[in-house]
Amino acid sequence: MKQEMVDRIKNDPDFIQLVTVRSKFAWTLTIVMLVIYFGFVLTIAFDPSILGTPLSAGSVTTVGIPVGVGVIISAFVLTGIYVRRANSEFDELTRRIKSKAKGEV
Amino acid sequence: MKPIIFLLLGSAGIFAGEALSGAVEKQPLNMSAIIMFLIFVGATLGITYWAAKRTKTAKDFYTAGGGITGFQNGMAIAGDYMSAASFLGISALVYGKGYDGLIYSIGFLVGWPIILFMVAEQLRNLGKYTFADVASYRLRQTPIRTLAAFGSIATVILYLIAQMVGAGKLIQLLFGLEYEIAVVLVGVLMILYVTFGGMLATTWVQIIKAFLLLSGATFMAIAVMAHYNFNFETLFATAVEMKDVSIMAPGKLVSDPISAISLGIALMFGTAGLPHILMRFFTVSDAKEARKSVFYATGFIGYFYILTFIIGFGAIVMVFQNPQYLDLAKQAVDGGSPILGGDNMAAIHLSHAVGGDFFLGFISAVAFATILAVVSGLTLAGASAISHDLYASVLRKGKADGLMEMKVSKIATVILGIVAIYLGIAFEEQNIAFMVGLAFAIAASANFPILFLSMYWSKLTTRGALLGGSLGLLTAAVLVVLGPTVWVDFLGNAEAIFPYKYPALFSVSAAFIGIWFFSITDKSDTAAKEREAFEAQYIRAQTGIGAEGAVEH
Repeated sequence: MKQEMVDRIKNDPDFIQLVTVRSKFAWTLTIVMLVIYFGFVLTIAFDPSILGTPLSAGSVTTVGIPVGVGVIISAFVLTGIYVRRANSEFDELTRRIKSKAKGEV
Repeated sequence: MKPIIFLLLGSAGIFAGEALSGAVEKQPLNMSAIIMFLIFVGATLGITYWAAKRTKTAKDFYTAGGGITGFQNGMAIAGDYMSAASFLGISALVYGKGYDGLIYSIGFLVGWPIILFMVAEQLRNLGKYTFADVASYRLRQTPIRTLAAFGSIATVILYLIAQMVGAGKLIQLLFGLEYEIAVVLVGVLMILYVTFGGMLATTWVQIIKAFLLLSGATFMAIAVMAHYNFNFETLFATAVEMKDVSIMAPGKLVSDPISAISLGIALMFGTAGLPHILMRFFTVSDAKEARKSVFYATGFIGYFYILTFIIGFGAIVMVFQNPQYLDLAKQAVDGGSPILGGDNMAAIHLSHAVGGDFFLGFISAVAFATILAVVSGLTLAGASAISHDLYASVLRKGKADGLMEMKVSKIATVILGIVAIYLGIAFEEQNIAFMVGLAFAIAASANFPILFLSMYWSKLTTRGALLGGSLGLLTAAVLVVLGPTVWVDFLGNAEAIFPYKYPALFSVSAAFIGIWFFSITDKSDTAAKEREAFEAQYIRAQTGIGAEGAVEH
């Protein structure tokens, strides 16, 4: 990549928007995942009895079952949220940046 | 046989499930399983023949030409990641300890979203064949490639030994073959797939295996649930009646906060630093397909872990205390109600309970196919580190001829295969539970920090990456050796010098701090140039301008 092209793209408003919005989004989702997972294992480390409480009086199923399955589903849903936005919004910005760069490479 | 549960929860740590260690008893020859396995081998060798005709260039060999779709790659990643040990080991853990099995499997899943948000697209945009391409993008090739290749090969060999030993034992259990024959068979098939079919054959072996494993596990879970009118409360209540109420709550798997955090870091960053997993991102055409791969992979892997949870409970209600699967000889000595072949066989017995001899054969064959898919992916990643990073980039300074590079890669595959067979046999009687843990620790402490900072931190220099990365690698290795899994369980000392089983919290921190410190204090001219080169790299990473494309066939 030539230096002029680097300078032009880094000042391209589309590029600036892409990297700021996407980084913020990616970091937010990362932190959500970390909070969910470490919240889960630290609950187990500090007070496992919370997850061992029955869902309702007399039931065998404990709170831990839906919570554990929920952590698994949350991982999948978070990737879905990211992919959905990236496929539309981020790919459109990337397409615009690339079409402007065409012929310069 | 010592049940896997003992190893998992006792002394060897969480990764024992991946290593599938402990002594096993050879089972009688299982004909229906062998026939179904032969069908699988025949089909995959057919695919290898087909793939061999399409594997002409180095790019074909390393990345299947870069034309795998996101969905296919997601399936292949799942096939690469769901090992036989995790299928049998996790269901055995649920069977033995209930809820702890779920906690264990969740740890192996949560790294995937992080890979998607942080590295998948950037990796695809910057790299060509190996993750070292990315790590060394703007740094000095020789030192960084060497370190990255070393990290890759170490990870691959440790993982491979664990898989080979597990494979030998599993095949003894499932098919009644001798341990050595089983290990040689796995090694030879893996060499055939990889040398002739390259990434294309490896990918399809992984896709087929993932499909078979998910179908078989789905059938088992549905069959179990159908017995209980698809009511989980009834299933759990029956299981609690047979065991006790403790299976519904967390047990001893995660005890203190330091271990919990350290384990989480090892699993998350380790997954994001496994060379065979990272390599899969170069098989798709662009960043969009790379991100779709992770979405599908996370879905398949998560779904699989939910199935293994149901299968484990299914085994409690249908296998535990079922006289048909009871090991009477062992019961006479130890009491209790041990099942034939040990707890690892819980899912296998369940397959018989719900689907008879035919389905038992199917699941046994799937378990074997699973091993082949995992070891093939590992070997290909190891061979690429040798041929692409060490031979082409370090030795030939990037001027290697593509065909020669491919040839070196094939030779490396054969050598790695032979080494894996040899070590697989040599470690038969050893407690190798620490190996997968060590592989994850190295991946998390050396591979991941360099890769991550090379993508995101403009001030990274060669000196920082080299010294910090080596520091992470050494810290991980030393702390594993001084920790309970090697110092006490493997070497037989009374007390561990380093008290924690999982060193990742300390070794990953050491790597990041080391890289940071040795980078910011680097005042050399090359360091200044490396910092300047970040902008161009960042633009390519973010937009894909200049990235490697797919080839048309």
